[in-house]
Amino acid sequence: MKAKGRLGRRGEALAASYLEAAGLDLVDHNWRCGLGEIDLAAIDGSTLVVIEVKTRSSLDFGDPMEGISATTLERFYLPGARWAQAHELRFTGIRVDAVAVLDDGTGEPQIDHLRAVS
Amino acid sequence: MPLGRTYAVSLVGLNGHIIEVEADIGQTLPAFVILGLPDASLNEARDRIRAAARNAGLPLSRRKITVNLIPASLHKRGSGFDLAIVMAALAATGEVRRCGNTVFIAEVGLDGRLRPISGVLPAVMAGVKAGHTRFVVAAGNHGEAALVPQAEVKGFASLAEVFLAFGADPTKVSLPDTPTDPVQAPLPPNPGNRQPAIKDMADIAGQPAARFAVEIAAAGAHHMMMVGPPGAGKTMLVERMPGILPDLTDQEAMEVTAIHSLGRVLSCHGLQRRPPFESPHHTSSTASIIGGGSGIPRPGAASRAHRGVLFLDEAPEYQRGVLEALREPLESGELVLHRSAGTASYPARFQLVMALNPCPCGLASGKGIDCVCTAEQRRRYFNRLSQPLLDRVDLQLAVARVSLADYSDGARAESSAVVAARVAAARAAQRERLAKWGANTNAEMPSSVLNEGLKLPRAVTASVDKAMNNETLTMRGHDRVLRVAWTLADLGGQSSPTTHDVEVALNLRLQESTS
Repeated sequence: MKAKGRLGRRGEALAASYLEAAGLDLVDHNWRCGLGEIDLAAIDGSTLVVIEVKTRSSLDFGDPMEGISATTLERFYLPGARWAQAHELRFTGIRVDAVAVLDDGTGEPQIDHLRAVS
Repeated sequence: MPLGRTYAVSLVGLNGHIIEVEADIGQTLPAFVILGLPDASLNEARDRIRAAARNAGLPLSRRKITVNLIPASLHKRGSGFDLAIVMAALAATGEVRRCGNTVFIAEVGLDGRLRPISGVLPAVMAGVKAGHTRFVVAAGNHGEAALVPQAEVKGFASLAEVFLAFGADPTKVSLPDTPTDPVQAPLPPNPGNRQPAIKDMADIAGQPAARFAVEIAAAGAHHMMMVGPPGAGKTMLVERMPGILPDLTDQEAMEVTAIHSLGRVLSCHGLQRRPPFESPHHTSSTASIIGGGSGIPRPGAASRAHRGVLFLDEAPEYQRGVLEALREPLESGELVLHRSAGTASYPARFQLVMALNPCPCGLASGKGIDCVCTAEQRRRYFNRLSQPLLDRVDLQLAVARVSLADYSDGARAESSAVVAARVAAARAAQRERLAKWGANTNAEMPSSVLNEGLKLPRAVTASVDKAMNNETLTMRGHDRVLRVAWTLADLGGQSSPTTHDVEVALNLRLQESTS
């Protein structure tokens, strides 16, 4: 695995433990379909939560949160709907959350969680 | 509530509107939105100020920043809002303290330095009028902004200094990292408004009649036309006119400086006290002389010559439309320009001075034996100056070539200083007499004043009345002759014009149009 992929995986793991500590019920991770990939999936009541995680090791290329806003949000909704279909589950809605992880590998990683970003 | 509020000024022509700048921080993905009809350069502020704030040590919030410029329906343009937007965005997150009703007028560079903008003087004037007293501008604009009385102006070289002045955490703002040498106003390229090195009237040999006419024109702010062959010294005479005009009053200097501030950043540190002198080339377009351009129209040479001299050399060579467009400002002293994005009105109380040749070949003066123009050519040449335009020109004189006797005479003529003293005295007399009607010069004196308050006895005005009766003179011309007569009286130190003054004034007007 390339360094870029390793950083991403580590960031997703950090995000997952952060979200679970925050009380979110995670049900899947790194689920792929033809429409895209879901980093983390969680269920909050009757809502499916699709969580996009962006990890960066420094601020040299901007805030990780800026990396998420640059991508279109349909990329998260459609795989969410596919995921629900694949698991034969019905939800009243799909919510997209964003988690930015800043981890320079030395100190405590900084994690920033935004709910319902779209 | 994560909301910050500051004030800025949007200029529409010379009129400034106070703009309330609100910034809201939304808890969602990073974005930066500017609402309230920004133009392209104002929209670019988003990227400009994010970088500038980060480089000055206080990065903007990493959430969605929504900036609203109120009133939202007014078109806003230019980069002068940058500082107000940064301060509103940082006040919203509490990084700086609330700014009260301070008005911020400056552009920011990516390095965090504040850059001067054009039009600061009228902007600050508008702010004071709207009841704001505290202003923050770029250091390079400080001299100009501070000209406005009652304005408490602070000039800063960089964003970091502004942050500290508004209570930012000094440990975050790293002053040494930011360049501190302030951005100064660039030297003005200033092509149209050449302030000629003061040239002296003493350089002019002979031409006593023309010298006298120039003196009258200067004393009463009358419009003037000089007709003469090439080499007679028409241009020389006009170029010396600024030197004998009196200094502008405080009020006039403010108006003139404000107009000149629109076009460029003023590098001067004082009001423009000398009357402006504009001499646009005869190929100039209507828009360049009257004012124009897309969006909000900008002032042209006629407005830049406000309270000064607009000199049209080789007047018949100008496009007909340009000359005709000058008719309204000649009467009203104001230009109102309508464009899609709004209406701007600029003052244009200039003194029109035209110089022209007697015919296309230029030799038809005196006996005119060398002239090769046909009567038709000559007629067509003069027809380019329409009668309505000429009707507004008070002094129309023929300038002949200087004879060898006058040229080699050797006697130095009167210097500008001597003439200027007489002109200043005449102006002072006018101001005193006309103060109760709100006019400054005889040229500005309304017709109603001539017919009522300052009506001359019938015996004195007999010659003009007769000229009007036999239709050599229009009603407007009649009044204009009387205005010149008053100037003659002021120059002579009399309390009112004599029969002789009126006759001289009439003669000065009719010299050319009857030839």
